[in-house]
Amino acid sequence: MTMDNDNTLPRYTRLSGLEPLVITPDLLFINVGERTNVTGSAAFKKMIKEGRFEEAVDVARQQVASGAQIIDINMDEGLIDSEAAMVRFINLISSEPDIARIPVMVDSSKWSVIEAGLQCLQGKGVVNSISMKEGVETFIEQAKKVQRYGAAVVVMAFDEVGQADTCARKVEICTRAYRILVDEVGFPPEDIIFDPNIFAIATGIEEHNNYAVDFIEATRIIKQTLPHCHVSGGVSNVSFSFRGNEPVRQAIHAVFLYHAIRAGMDMGIVNAGGLPIVDDLDPDLRERVEDVVLNRRDDATERLLEIADRYKSRKGEAVVEVHAWREQHVRERLKHALVHGIDQFIDEDTEEVRQLSTRPLDVIEGPLMDGMNVVGDLFGAGKMFLPQVVKSARVMKKAVAYLLPYIEEEKLRSGDVGKTNGKIIMATVKGDVHDIGKNIVGVVLRCNNFDVVDLGVMVPTQKILDAAREEKADMIGLSGLITPSLEEMSHVAKEMQRQGLEIPLLIGGATTSRAHTALKIEPHYKSPTVWVKDASRAVGVAQSLISKDLIDDFMTRIRHEYAEIRTRHKDRGPGKKLVTLTHARGQAFNGGWDSYVPPAPVKPGLTVFDDYPLQSLVDFIDWTPFFSTWELAGNYPAILDDEIVGVQARELYKDARNMLRKLIEEKWISARGVIGLWPANSVGDDVEVRAGDGKPTLLRFLRQQADKPPERPDFCLADFVAPKASKVADWIGGFAVTAGIGIEPHLERFEKDHDDYSSILLKALADRLAEAFAEHMHQRVRREFWGYATDEGLANDDLIAEKYVGIRPAPGYPACPEHTEKGTLFDLLDAEKNTGIELTDSFAMYPAAAVSGWYFSHPQSQYFVVGRVSKEQVEDYAKRKGWTVEVAERWLAPLLDYDPE
Amino acid sequence: MKLLPWLNPSRANALLDALQQRILIIDGAMGTMIQGYKLDEDGYRGERFSQGYDGRHHHVHDHKHHVCDLKGNNDLLLLTQPQIIQAVHTAYLEAGADLLETNTFNATSISQADYHLEHIVYELNKEGARLARECCDAIEAKVPNKPRFVIGVLGPTSRTASISPDVNDPGYRNVKFDELGETYREAMRGLIDGGADIIMVETIFDTLNAKAALYAIEQVFDQRGARLPVMISGTITDRSGRTLSGQTAEAFLYSMRHARPLSIGLNCALGAKDLRPHVETLSSLADCYVSTHPNAGLPNAFGEYDETPEEMAETIREFAEAGFLNLVGGCCGTSPAHIKAIADAVAGIAPRVPVAYGIEKVA
Repeated sequence: MTMDNDNTLPRYTRLSGLEPLVITPDLLFINVGERTNVTGSAAFKKMIKEGRFEEAVDVARQQVASGAQIIDINMDEGLIDSEAAMVRFINLISSEPDIARIPVMVDSSKWSVIEAGLQCLQGKGVVNSISMKEGVETFIEQAKKVQRYGAAVVVMAFDEVGQADTCARKVEICTRAYRILVDEVGFPPEDIIFDPNIFAIATGIEEHNNYAVDFIEATRIIKQTLPHCHVSGGVSNVSFSFRGNEPVRQAIHAVFLYHAIRAGMDMGIVNAGGLPIVDDLDPDLRERVEDVVLNRRDDATERLLEIADRYKSRKGEAVVEVHAWREQHVRERLKHALVHGIDQFIDEDTEEVRQLSTRPLDVIEGPLMDGMNVVGDLFGAGKMFLPQVVKSARVMKKAVAYLLPYIEEEKLRSGDVGKTNGKIIMATVKGDVHDIGKNIVGVVLRCNNFDVVDLGVMVPTQKILDAAREEKADMIGLSGLITPSLEEMSHVAKEMQRQGLEIPLLIGGATTSRAHTALKIEPHYKSPTVWVKDASRAVGVAQSLISKDLIDDFMTRIRHEYAEIRTRHKDRGPGKKLVTLTHARGQAFNGGWDSYVPPAPVKPGLTVFDDYPLQSLVDFIDWTPFFSTWELAGNYPAILDDEIVGVQARELYKDARNMLRKLIEEKWISARGVIGLWPANSVGDDVEVRAGDGKPTLLRFLRQQADKPPERPDFCLADFVAPKASKVADWIGGFAVTAGIGIEPHLERFEKDHDDYSSILLKALADRLAEAFAEHMHQRVRREFWGYATDEGLANDDLIAEKYVGIRPAPGYPACPEHTEKGTLFDLLDAEKNTGIELTDSFAMYPAAAVSGWYFSHPQSQYFVVGRVSKEQVEDYAKRKGWTVEVAERWLAPLLDYDPE
Repeated sequence: MKLLPWLNPSRANALLDALQQRILIIDGAMGTMIQGYKLDEDGYRGERFSQGYDGRHHHVHDHKHHVCDLKGNNDLLLLTQPQIIQAVHTAYLEAGADLLETNTFNATSISQADYHLEHIVYELNKEGARLARECCDAIEAKVPNKPRFVIGVLGPTSRTASISPDVNDPGYRNVKFDELGETYREAMRGLIDGGADIIMVETIFDTLNAKAALYAIEQVFDQRGARLPVMISGTITDRSGRTLSGQTAEAFLYSMRHARPLSIGLNCALGAKDLRPHVETLSSLADCYVSTHPNAGLPNAFGEYDETPEEMAETIREFAEAGFLNLVGGCCGTSPAHIKAIADAVAGIAPRVPVAYGIEKVA
């Protein structure tokens, strides 16, 4: 079928079990589970031979549980009826939804066994493998059948002459096979997976030394020249000559995969249980293994053999990295666990140290704090990144949770409560629900032995002050994200002064700034008030404030800095003077209403989306802000290869992807949304919306008052809607979407498990999904509901870069910065009822993973920043809203061009 | 694989033309309409089977044929009460249906084995297609410029290839891929010989059965050296959003795409409202046309479907406006009034444009 349209999806491999597996570049590498293969696992072979199929099914289950994305099944064994075993085993796992959800790879060297397996698969699986070994005719016949059964195929680099060993032969055979499959058979290129043969290296035979390099280089060429195909291989072959020395084999696999994946290998038959990370390998071992894999020196094999025995593990199965650190003294093990964020052995190690210690508190104050100090130092030095720190904190929390009953017991006996660096009350202020940043700061402070009392979100001022007194806190930390929270923080500062508190006040959160703190908060509170830029600064600030030696110098510096900001602010030159409101209105944007006909919506009125499929939002996710939440700087996807943070970014991304998959599969959260498209016209800076038969609703917008040359308009969003006087019919839209419905029990679950890492990860993902939902919905509105861009077909990057027609500004953001208008939007959309999103006193949305805003369709509509507004506009706005000027000044506080006090 | 030429190029091209222009209407329920005739055992048997065995097939009337009731074997009415099937077909065509489904849902040797009527399977399918084509030709003569098409229906059979009927042995199967292939090939030959314009594998609750059907269809096409357009329609069995064999709509699509169907869609088991998210999934991902023929709502306490034509048409209108649809009709509980309301509701709404799978997206 040929189609001339832009309705194009990427040509990805799309496999299925009970659920789809779409192999997108994001997945980087597909793990094919290998333990259900009688040729690779002696244990599995024994189970099949002895007819213990139930146990064999458990092996499959473990493979899936430990991360296999496809499960390889091989029954090629002389003493087994391979066809019958293949059929029986596939039929059995088909009845297990937790296994059958992933695609099956039917693996056999006998075509009859492959065909028997294919006849049992309802999903789209993979055949492993076919080749030109017996000539092109058989190859074509089998390929046609594979396609007719609905499977993808692994093609071995094997032809009539033999198996390809050099790079040139691998490329030659794969290219020939590709052309036959694609051109003659009509096989979808994305369903071809090449296996260019991984052979053993370091065998002592010189010709074998370059085998890994041959594979890696062939992979690079195949991926560059044969579009859409994949490259896979059986990784364990490469280390065959080191059999019996599992740690060295694992090291070889890790290094080999590291290089092969970079060359484009994107699938592999591996033990899905996990490999060591290249960077965790002992440097000497890593260097010698790399010499062998990359064939970098003639004596590479000898040099690896020299040291290989050192790593030989007694039990033979353990992974090298695990093995090495578990041999150390328990105190060292605790430190290692903390620094590496490994919580696997934490209970037993903690117990072991507890038995060696006089008091349970000694465990915390001794080895645990030693470990956390290392973490703190590495983080401070930029050698460790936030996601790792949060994982370390998880280990710490679990250890502390383990010790807590013992500490309580001890406390009852001796009254000893131990010592901490200091106690901090933390809260997101009233009206605000955003707490990812606050939680991260909390974690980092806890890592540095501060006792953090977290009061949660939407915390009223009095509760913060009361808690500070009751807990005898050493300082208070306030957080907030939306602009009304800035006012709320000023209020807390004033109250702290009025009620006579003297402990330091820390200010943080995305909309806070040094300038705001200096101008609007610090002057209200006589005791130390400090703005904290991000989590990485929090510890330094807190330590300076708690230390009697440091505080004076530190505060002198801060106070001097803030005073200077205030002076600069007061002495601002006249250059930035605003024009009058009349002047600005005279310079409004002209929509060309005498010739421009606004598009009518295809589906006017409200459209409600209950339980929107999360999977459909995944491709719309903008990952860059996700990384900045974790204080990893850089743009996605380049950040994954970043020299400094790349490793951490990849790790974090992997965790995020895994959780994303799980939260979608298990429906942890659900997405709901509502959109509305209504007839509307502008009246001055207002927009009159006629949503029903009753009285029209008026939306109040603000106008830029910047002094601009005449050809550059002073924008107001109302300018993008046809004026009532023009008699041109026009429309405006609104939306509210959330991806946070039902998130609470999962956050509770993580918090109960002392797992801040997962809790923060989940919140950050929900935020991303909500944003993706807004982006996706905007696209659907443009294409379908408003329908003025039916032929638009932009890729996600272009969406992020906003290359489309029309805008979706959100109340509270720069083009319409006044938050109470969100209330009007919510009324029009009946959003609380239709989406379950609620508005707080400060017009923050709860769940926090929510986005709302207006839709404008005018082709020249654009995002802009209203910027500062004059008293004249504030008075005008107050009149339009029916407010007193004081109320208007409070809601417009961050925008005021003058000091209302 | 290189595609074979069309078996009937002018009809296939007329169908493809129509699909580009508008949303096409599939007919509604047959069973519901037959119920209205309140036929008894004699009614089902007609003259041919009145003696307790097939009067035209003397050599097989052994003992078991005498004891088996034929009431409820709706496909048999093609041979015993063809005027009823003809009347229902005509009513749907007059209501505005572009496509008629043959009355062959159970005309497979596996399903007819329940009535010991395996021997009439080819005949049923051939007659089913012939009769439907005859009805189409009649109305085309009356209402020219509106081509009508016969969908030869291959039902799911009464067995499942990927689910064990024995709770104590999850590895057991009571039907194999090859057996299903055999039964489907026989039915297919009848449908083609009777003049079907399209083959549809429908009410798929086990994707493996459908894969066997598609495999068999390709084999028959190979034998004939030509092909017909193929429609695929799965069934989401309940609000879990999965087929009976456990697949999600997206997984189902990926399991079927290799057959390069004319369309993929969903029918039966749920009403239109509950099908929406799954039709949407197919619509957003399928590189072929999308069809749906839902039930008239969910059955009420009496097992009856009571969604009115207006209610159902309103829901379907929204599907069409959302750009989900190329073909739409009705399944259980729908009547010519439903089909007319649906046809009116979607008239003038642009058909969905299939997705194209393009070049690799560079992330």
